Amino acid sequence: MSVELFVFVVAGGACLAGAIGVVASTHPVHAALSLVGTLFGIAVLFVAQEANFLAAVQVIVYAGAIVVLFLFVIMLLGVDRADDLEVEPLIGQRVAAAIVSLGILALTFGAIASTGYEATGAVVGFDEDVPDINRLGESLFTTYLFAFEITSILLVIAIAGAVLMARHSRRSDEIVDPGQEERAEEIAERMEAAERRAHPELAIGNGHRRGDGEGADAGDAESEPEEVGR
Amino acid sequence: MITALEVTPAWYLVLGAVLFSIGAFGLLIRRNPLVMFMCVELMLNAVTLTFVTFSRMLEDTGGQSIVVFVLVVAAAEVVVGLAIIVALLRKRPDATADDVALLEG
Repeated sequence: MSVELFVFVVAGGACLAGAIGVVASTHPVHAALSLVGTLFGIAVLFVAQEANFLAAVQVIVYAGAIVVLFLFVIMLLGVDRADDLEVEPLIGQRVAAAIVSLGILALTFGAIASTGYEATGAVVGFDEDVPDINRLGESLFTTYLFAFEITSILLVIAIAGAVLMARHSRRSDEIVDPGQEERAEEIAERMEAAERRAHPELAIGNGHRRGDGEGADAGDAESEPEEVGR
Repeated sequence: MITALEVTPAWYLVLGAVLFSIGAFGLLIRRNPLVMFMCVELMLNAVTLTFVTFSRMLEDTGGQSIVVFVLVVAAAEVVVGLAIIVALLRKRPDATADDVALLEG
């Protein structure tokens, strides 16, 4: 078994295992960690194809920044609950998804096979003695200079947009949540029941006070810690 | 020992195609917005692998340059997308992809 075959089998296997892990794991944290496996596998395949700089960038940017960002969001928001994959909310969704993805696979396989497993197009040819990072730098700062400059604008816009959207704003209170009133009522009822149990002698007075307009607001305020604790 | 089996660039293309379809399948069946995002990352990575393979096949550095741009766009997309998800999940911690209409207006 040649070295390249061994590397391809190990790294490709890691990629496929990670990809299946992302799709099939019920827990978002497990999905994020499986994604790291895929990204590392792809980085190894980059090295096998003499794209050393891109392999380093792949590990630093993807595994080091993007997956960490995912994990931060999962953990800071406390949404690390397992999803129930047994239920299929839309009838036939999985079958349709399988058909669509197999269709994509068949199309790409067909495209690869139709050219006889060879790239069609002019072979440009580069100097093997020049390291890949030198060639990449030259390409980025000559042929693709304009696109390279545009990406800086893209990054600034992305940062501004992220700050604007993730910021706590007062206007977020005005967003209508369809289930909010239902939940607020339920929580108010539960609070009332708990208070009645704690102070049986005040039961009548509490029930009267909860009856007026203040009750809904109080219940609403209580709903936040209730959600987090779950 | 198998010595005749040689890794041709087509193997990498096939692996990229398989990864892309797994990502597409996951994007279509999962309902957690975070996991859907991870599936998009999977698809982007499959495409970058294909680009690097073509870069080697054609001996053209352009393929590797495109991968740099894909990386930048992926980073920007994740930042903006996760900001939207944070805004959504802060309002409804159990939101699925169906509840994204909540952000309307």
